Amino acid sequence: MKSDIELISSEGKRLDGRGPHDLRKIKIEAGVLHRADGSCSLEWGGNKVIAAVYGPREAVPRHTQNPLRAIVQARYNMAAFSVEDRKRPGPDRRSVEISKVISEALEKVVLTEQFPRASIDVSIEVLDAEAGTRCAGLTAAGVALVDAGIPMRDIPVACAAGKIGGQVVLDLGKEEDNFGDADLPVAISPRTGEVLLLQMDGHLTVDEFNQAFDLAVKGCHTVSEIQKKAIMQKYQSAAAEVQE
Amino acid sequence: MTIVPIIKRDYITKLAEQGKRIDGRSFDQYRNIEIETKVVNKAEGSARVKIGHTQVLVGIKIDLGEPFADSPNMGVLSTTAELIPMASPDFESGPPREDAIELARVVDRGVRESQVVDVEKLVITPGEKVWIVFIDIHILDYDGNLFDAASLGALAALSTATIPAKRFSEQLPEDYPKEDFPLPMSEPPISCTAVKINDFVFFDPCFDEEIIADVRLTVATDNNGDIRAMQKGLSGSFTKEEIQKVIKGALDNGQEIRKQLNQSTGK
Repeated sequence: MKSDIELISSEGKRLDGRGPHDLRKIKIEAGVLHRADGSCSLEWGGNKVIAAVYGPREAVPRHTQNPLRAIVQARYNMAAFSVEDRKRPGPDRRSVEISKVISEALEKVVLTEQFPRASIDVSIEVLDAEAGTRCAGLTAAGVALVDAGIPMRDIPVACAAGKIGGQVVLDLGKEEDNFGDADLPVAISPRTGEVLLLQMDGHLTVDEFNQAFDLAVKGCHTVSEIQKKAIMQKYQSAAAEVQE
Repeated sequence: MTIVPIIKRDYITKLAEQGKRIDGRSFDQYRNIEIETKVVNKAEGSARVKIGHTQVLVGIKIDLGEPFADSPNMGVLSTTAELIPMASPDFESGPPREDAIELARVVDRGVRESQVVDVEKLVITPGEKVWIVFIDIHILDYDGNLFDAASLGALAALSTATIPAKRFSEQLPEDYPKEDFPLPMSEPPISCTAVKINDFVFFDPCFDEEIIADVRLTVATDNNGDIRAMQKGLSGSFTKEEIQKVIKGALDNGQEIRKQLNQSTGK
């Protein structure tokens, strides 16, 4: 879709006032739910996401069990009221695909071989949506997995880059996603740099792809620090409570 | 009943004989209630309600549509509840099951029968065009007493909802206002739920109390101290004295909850 609005000014200022390499505001809190084994609430610009983790527990139905390792089942779900025009509740093709790519990304970092026949269930609820919900969801899921004490090689993290008005920028907003030229969500394992999730739609030259990819990875590292802070915060406040 | 609830049942009834509950409350005392409104930007109205550890999020979306053929002079209300797997290890994804449907219908009845939303004011062109109000209830954390949490959430979300006339301005008749305006509401009744375990009646059951309960009663009361709705659930039974006790508790707790609701919605 093309539009006449200028997504980025000649001085490199974007619609919401950010520069090309700026992230939206991110707020992460770990351990927000009582019943879940681990949970995380995350705000990323206008996105509000909650992730919850249950498990490892017996995988049902039984035919989904793997005798050698655990399976990771993420379920990405958008609330009916999270978008401008009400979304019909329940899974659609888009959310089924996102659930699949997120499950696969998480499975790579979880030490699944420790829990044969088990399932680690990750529930991701998008309560308020404004472009980049899959990155927000995966990032929240990473923190929730840590909060649940699931053994992992690393804390997975995601961030998108893209192209608007001919320029490569970090973390697309709503209008930029709708009217921009390309969107490139990337998830990595920040310790090793392994790519866990990679999708792209739009049009990029090879050069632009390289730029956008590097930018997204840089964004991931920034978000990763915020994740770690949120986890530290939870245990620090728990420790303070114990001392009282 | 599996072994764990049987052990819990022994523990809970032994405590009750000494006049105590597992979390230290008195029998007719509610857990701490928190109401936060306008939590979702994309929704026309929203509220997050916590009763103890139980947490629900209710969002209101308002759309243009056609009225039902048998009520051309009324807007449409539609309530759905999702018991999403996030909220409890026992909830599964998939189409809503019995529990979710009962919950949605009880909340729906509370909103509809009490006429808190003035559906006649939702008509744009009689028989052709009306506002459709969707109440979507998301259970985030399940620690008992979903009925009260969900109805309170629905009322708080409705109280802060606005009709998005601006967004739909092109599809509205010429003489209809084109600016957003608050959803027309009147004073809501408040529902309070109690359960019976052996011969003890507990208000606002937490999860451990709820799973072993014999019988449940929800009573909605209004500002004048009148009863507006009741629903009995589960397979046990109440005596008349017990029902009167529940009604009294519902009136007392209802007053307090109403104050808190009005405060949080700025009314």
